[in-house]
Amino acid sequence: MAEIISLREAVERFINDGDKVALEGFTHLIPTAASHEIIRQGKKDLHVVRMTPDLVYDLLIGAGCTRKLTFSWGGNPGVGSLHRLRDAVEKQWPNALEIDEHSHADLANSYVAGASGLPFAVLRAYAGSDLPKVNPNIKFIQCPFTGEQLAAVPSVRPDVTVIHAQKADRKGNVLLWGILGVQKEAALAAKRCIVTVEEIVDDLNAPMNACVLPTWALTAVCHVPGGAHPSYAHGYYERDNRFYQAWDPIARNRETFTAWIDEYIRGTKDFSEFQAKIAEAK
Amino acid sequence: MSSYTTNEMMTVAAARRLKNGAVCFVGIGLPSKAANLARLTSSPDVVLIYESGPIGAKPSVLPLSIGDGELAETADTVVPTGEIFRYWLQGGRIDVGFLGAAQVDRFGNINTTVIGDYNSPKVRLPGAGGAPEIAGSAKEVLIILKQSHRTFVDKLAFITSVGHGEGGDHRKQLGLPGKGPVALITDLCIMEPEAGTNEFIVTSLHPGVTREQVIENTGWAIRFAADVSETQAPNETELTALRALEARTAAAHGQQGGEE
Repeated sequence: MAEIISLREAVERFINDGDKVALEGFTHLIPTAASHEIIRQGKKDLHVVRMTPDLVYDLLIGAGCTRKLTFSWGGNPGVGSLHRLRDAVEKQWPNALEIDEHSHADLANSYVAGASGLPFAVLRAYAGSDLPKVNPNIKFIQCPFTGEQLAAVPSVRPDVTVIHAQKADRKGNVLLWGILGVQKEAALAAKRCIVTVEEIVDDLNAPMNACVLPTWALTAVCHVPGGAHPSYAHGYYERDNRFYQAWDPIARNRETFTAWIDEYIRGTKDFSEFQAKIAEAK
Repeated sequence: MSSYTTNEMMTVAAARRLKNGAVCFVGIGLPSKAANLARLTSSPDVVLIYESGPIGAKPSVLPLSIGDGELAETADTVVPTGEIFRYWLQGGRIDVGFLGAAQVDRFGNINTTVIGDYNSPKVRLPGAGGAPEIAGSAKEVLIILKQSHRTFVDKLAFITSVGHGEGGDHRKQLGLPGKGPVALITDLCIMEPEAGTNEFIVTSLHPGVTREQVIENTGWAIRFAADVSETQAPNETELTALRALEARTAAAHGQQGGEE
């Protein structure tokens, strides 16, 4: 059974220094509030996994929480570069960042394999691409039946996955809808799973075949309204495109970035105080 | 005929390549703009699939991210991202993969990973995203990007997604199921693979563009087909639809459609 607790307590108890951590959500339901709490608590040496690092990992990388990144597309969608990611790769600031780079199809399959309890995923991929030359985690195997050469990649099995969802009930069952990305797979591939939600309700009223994660498959559920901002939560709020644009000049420069996280993240006690401070600054 | 920009010419020329009823896996940015223009003009029954999960998306404004809410709301169905790549792409159901690129070479190979050495790059680009498997498994591939010395290069620092590999039948030798790139559409011209070598050569120049301009903006010794045609200029229907789409997008987002 998932415990319904504060995000601070969930991060304190279930994310440890050195853990392999996946904060998933494919442009939708990105668990931003959780990334802030990881920074507030000064977690270190994390191996972070995410198909699209997005602003959440730009934050964690720039704040010095990470030692390794597994990913498949690292840009600021609709805007350009993730400057903290680039600074870490190009100039090793604030520390060197080990890169484990894949394609989307590969990482999506790796999460499926992780959730399926398999050691690796198999897919038709990478023939002729240079990615296998720079990533020893991409290998080729022969199909035992047809002889076809296929790519094999290790499954993703995070110590902890964090996702954001629309609703939980009071037992901690979770309902999400809209663009689902790899969130179900990431949740089920992990040893522990924290879910932040927009609201906690008496009854999920989930339609048949809806994407429901049962409470007994989760570790903690935390009530964090707005916790996916600046991404969106379908049915609750839209993507804040202007925030993604505003992030570019903040993250472009080490000093402005550090000043921003000192002020808005390390300088607030939780996500609701952060939201109030951001609203004030507007 | 009203005047138009070279970017409009590029988008219109790309949109025309998408046949009505085709199932198209769409990249964000220029491909998404061209694919939606096709849907709004010549090819109303084109099926647009985005890697985030929407199948049959019919957005009224261009998405900024590959997973904007409107893609989900207007789609026939929304499936998990893993399913998009496993069942719909790898399963062989995509007619056309529509891609952008940071750089291409003469065989339509794409780099979106790094400029310089991989381990100490001059410029770290966003990376692969969905492109390598789209380029591999779609039945055919269209590539759209603005042409310059910087983007059309003699040798790629990194091959992220394979076109025709080293040329000739190299792609077939690699065992890739799809036909690979069948056209490079730029703001200057259309290039198509030459029979036999599979090297991209210019087959159509946009109106007013000279061969010298194309040569100057290509990083390799670009060749021209024996019979180079002139691309038909955008017509009123195409221009009106494109400008209306861009105006709706700007009003909704406060900026143009996103570029991956």
